[in-house]
Amino acid sequence: MLKRILLNWTPRYTLLALVGLFTTFPFLWTLSTALGDGGNIYAFPPQMLPTEPTLAHVEEARRVIPLDRFFWNSVWISAWTVFGTLLISSLAGYALAVMKFRGSKWVFLAVLTTLILPSELNFIVNFITVTQLKLTNTHTGVVLPLLANAFGIFLLKQAFEEIPAEILDAARIDGAGEWQLFLRVALPLAMPSLAALGIFTLVATWNAYIWPAVVLQTPDEYPLAVGVLYLSGTFAAKTRVIAAGTVLTILPVLILFLLAQRYFMRGLDGAVK
Amino acid sequence: MDKNALTRDVRAYLFLAPALIVLFLFSFWPVGLGALLAFTRVDIFNLAGSQWVGLDNFRTLFDDPVFLGSIRNTLLYLLVVPLIQVAALALAVLVNTQLPAIRLFRTAFFVPVVTSVSVVGIMWGWMYNEDGMLNQVLAWLRLIDAPVGWLSDERFALFSVMFVTFWRGLGYYMVLYLAGLQAMPQEVEEAALLDGANRWQRFWRITVPMLRPTILLCTLLSTLAAMKAFEEVVVMTGGGPIGSTYTLAFYAYDMGFRAFDFSRALAASLVVSLIGFVLAWFNFRFFRPDSR
Repeated sequence: MLKRILLNWTPRYTLLALVGLFTTFPFLWTLSTALGDGGNIYAFPPQMLPTEPTLAHVEEARRVIPLDRFFWNSVWISAWTVFGTLLISSLAGYALAVMKFRGSKWVFLAVLTTLILPSELNFIVNFITVTQLKLTNTHTGVVLPLLANAFGIFLLKQAFEEIPAEILDAARIDGAGEWQLFLRVALPLAMPSLAALGIFTLVATWNAYIWPAVVLQTPDEYPLAVGVLYLSGTFAAKTRVIAAGTVLTILPVLILFLLAQRYFMRGLDGAVK
Repeated sequence: MDKNALTRDVRAYLFLAPALIVLFLFSFWPVGLGALLAFTRVDIFNLAGSQWVGLDNFRTLFDDPVFLGSIRNTLLYLLVVPLIQVAALALAVLVNTQLPAIRLFRTAFFVPVVTSVSVVGIMWGWMYNEDGMLNQVLAWLRLIDAPVGWLSDERFALFSVMFVTFWRGLGYYMVLYLAGLQAMPQEVEEAALLDGANRWQRFWRITVPMLRPTILLCTLLSTLAAMKAFEEVVVMTGGGPIGSTYTLAFYAYDMGFRAFDFSRALAASLVVSLIGFVLAWFNFRFFRPDSR
């Protein structure tokens, strides 16, 4: 029996381990480089477990570039984007799912259309728009265009549609206005979808590189994802210091992802549909 | 009745207003304005003063060997699509079990997807370094005699960048396929098992046909992504060496934000958008967001 299980499992686990090594090796190498001390970083076979792990490079990275500032810029940009996305999408999703009004079909169609419009290169005109609004080099300029998110509207519309009509009717009979209905009844019941959209948006915003790099011109305003590449351009020779900065960039979002994986996958599911 | 209907409508549109404003300003406007400006000499500080120049921007575009090279590179980039789809589907089948620790593996495969492209670019820069791990491993396996300049040799750079796209996207499509696999009714496969179909037959005769919608969706998504790939180029090669890694979308980005020639950037992005639009239209025809 045991032998049979081993025979069955070994090839599959070997394969799984090899693929796992392929997808995670760059991370492991970067981590061990960040924590290692002295010696040739390109030694082969690589020394994955540093003999004397040190945080010296992390400290140096924080000293030579404003990593803390980048971090707070990231937090700031991500927080506003998540808050704005949740607010805007839930309001619109609620209107489309629960409220009856003239033109609802057209509004729905318009939102749907944004999904088929070619959007990847919108950032070129969006940069022009942001320039006209005099918002270049501001976090507002980064956040505003990120709030145009049709998939969030759909995700929440779907969530609100799943709320039984009886619950809403009962609240209406109790004299709740539309706004109270939205705040007190609908939003709490849509919590899982809000969490999914929130986590998904947070990860996407934290990782965004091109758009913030285009809008922001002074390093003082950079989020981590932009700042770390700036760091690697400026201190190319100090591999261990850059590795430390890289680790600090990945770590928050990785921890968050691991904690909220379930919600993230739900959001991903919504994004595809 | 009319007064009630009016307040009702006003209220609904108040709920919708923020969404409609940002969608108009940052989703519709850029498409329309971008298409229009592609036919002008753009003055980004005084848009109204942009001069109509007809097809001039497109003529300069198609006279530019770098642009023509970027068309070729974008077509080459599509090679990622079949490779990543086959690998992701195989991986999904591999992790579609209840074995111990399987969640750990799924997570490990997915980590590149939640990593910023800038970090990916830095890490792979080290992997591809002349002294980097890739060259070391290949030398150790005696597959190469001298280190290969993965990102500095114009014969390899584009493929190296494409490989990173593959690495970044694998987990994403794996998850989509896994969802498809787990939504499949078990009875069909069990019936085939009883009929004596072996694993290979079950995969080709049952899994693949039943997964067809997911396969189509993923293929279209990744075709669109490959058509518009450029972030990896920005963070890894900046189009070099000798312009060998210019893709269409990178060309548009490069014209806009390095050369500050927005006329040409928008003309190029219109070309990309048109191709992308045709593909997205297919996508939409087959997979309406509300059909499931």
